Amino acid sequence: MQTPVRPLNLAQARDPDFQAAVARDSGQHLASCYQCGNCTAGCSYTPDYDFPVHQVMRLVQLGLKESALSCRSIWLCATCQACTTRCPNNIDVARVMDVLRHMARQAGYAPEPGVKTFTDSFLASVAKHGRVFEVGLAAVFAIKSGKPLQDAGLGLPMLTHGKLSLTPHEPEGNGKAEVAAIFARFDRVAAQKARAHSPGETPGNGKKGGGE
Amino acid sequence: MSAAPSNPLTLAYYPGCSQTGTAAEYDRSSRACCAALGVELVDVPDWTCCGSTPAHTVDHFLAGALAARNLLQAELAGHDRVTTPCPSCLAALRTASHHLAEAPAENGAPQDSGPNYRAEVERLLDRPAPLRATAVSVLQVLTEDVGVEAIASAVTRPLTGLRVAPYYGCIMNRPPGLMQFDDPENPTAMDRVLEACGATVVDYPFKTECCGAAFGMPRLDIMQRLSARLLDMAASCGVDAIVVACPLCQMNLDLRRGQVNAFSHSQGGTHHAMPVPYFTQLLGLALGLPESGLGLDKLVLPLGPALTAARAREDERIARTQAELAAKAARKNGTSANGNGSKENTPCA
Ligand code: SF4
Ligand code: SF4
Repeated sequence: MQTPVRPLNLAQARDPDFQAAVARDSGQHLASCYQCGNCTAGCSYTPDYDFPVHQVMRLVQLGLKESALSCRSIWLCATCQACTTRCPNNIDVARVMDVLRHMARQAGYAPEPGVKTFTDSFLASVAKHGRVFEVGLAAVFAIKSGKPLQDAGLGLPMLTHGKLSLTPHEPEGNGKAEVAAIFARFDRVAAQKARAHSPGETPGNGKKGGGE
Repeated sequence: MSAAPSNPLTLAYYPGCSQTGTAAEYDRSSRACCAALGVELVDVPDWTCCGSTPAHTVDHFLAGALAARNLLQAELAGHDRVTTPCPSCLAALRTASHHLAEAPAENGAPQDSGPNYRAEVERLLDRPAPLRATAVSVLQVLTEDVGVEAIASAVTRPLTGLRVAPYYGCIMNRPPGLMQFDDPENPTAMDRVLEACGATVVDYPFKTECCGAAFGMPRLDIMQRLSARLLDMAASCGVDAIVVACPLCQMNLDLRRGQVNAFSHSQGGTHHAMPVPYFTQLLGLALGLPESGLGLDKLVLPLGPALTAARAREDERIARTQAELAAKAARKNGTSANGNGSKENTPCA
């Protein structure tokens, strides 16, 4: 059940732009990480990570893009903020994990398909109803994840304790349409970015701050 | 019951999605406690999902826009402060207001997330982002705006004898720069509220350890391992209940208890039956509010047996103390009749 730590392959190709892109998108000064391991010491998810979080930081420092973006750890990070709270160099480590997850998604990695399915189903529920519809989300996840019976046992206690609301509680006004519009604009921007990136190789340097 | 302040505390209130479903009792009891303590809550008009954890794991600007829409709704209704019971909502709302307020970075800093963030969020919102509004937790409002002394003086039915472990979850206080509330490693706000309610609060070492968060669906095994640890620790502290402030923690420890116990069994561990009430439910009880308004019936593991056990223990303790006092008084009477007023008692004989 626990994930073995993956060996660090230093011979792989390094991408010098990668560290800069992570630093830019996270707003963090990555070179100040001196590998003390404090982040890993407090991370409850270390047993499930293929690279402990301090090693993920090292991968980024070294520009080992392929290893960093393909790892499981960035999908299993719960954003519990223990690492960010305890880093002696004030690095917002959880934000770095977030940014790597964004990049991994864009690059098409999904080593933890269940996590991706859950996130996608959650956001689809929000886009559709303006709020999360828990029962709908659970049903969609059960089907899409291929684990239809995992949470079947929760139905009865939910029902008997009045926690099973079978209709979504949607916003009363324009909110639902406004949220749908936010998602539509986001999808448009994301599609543009994807098109801009696909011919070239790396999510390039210094192309930010263009259209303001 | 509570003396209404001359200038009643009024805040915008953001319930959050969980509080309309699986955590309806958190919403109900938060509203009831606030009303009883003179805090007036005005719902954010037409509120929508804050984006929670899934949004920020996909894109920071998407997360920002989903949260900012709600801050904007509050701001347009004339509120600069939004309160929410849910730590995930709190984190989403505060992250957005924090980045919106951030000044442009100095030269040489690795990134200028400030103006760019606002521009990107406004692009998704298609309207100006909020300027001032930010969020605080209901816990913070109760401890800082109302105050623990005021709470203590409003308590009519103290929870004397009830032993509780206060469990805050990961993000109520973290990261400290963002949350600006209580201690990130050893928070005490909930401890103090529960003590004001008359409960016995144990020193729970896992106050801020993660329960497995939203992994109950995608990686049940991880959630089981992490929640089992929390229950084992609470049991070793000898508590009647784990008291929570987060709907996700509550769900993992209560609704998913069967799954967690099943895991514990498979590891040779023990089965735990302790209930997991929200702190607002216990506060409501101590304030003498009607139980029907606190949603106690929504807890999967019932609170009743813990309350009964605590009361029985307390009655027993009182009876024992009274018996001891009576015995002491009898001895004292016996000695003082011919004694010289010396404090020193004769050894028991
Ligand atoms: S705690 Fe900070 S400095 Fe230490 S290894 Fe982690 S990121 Fe690097
Ligand atoms: S935020 Fe993520 S990486 Fe950091 S300690 Fe928590 S789970 Fe681990």
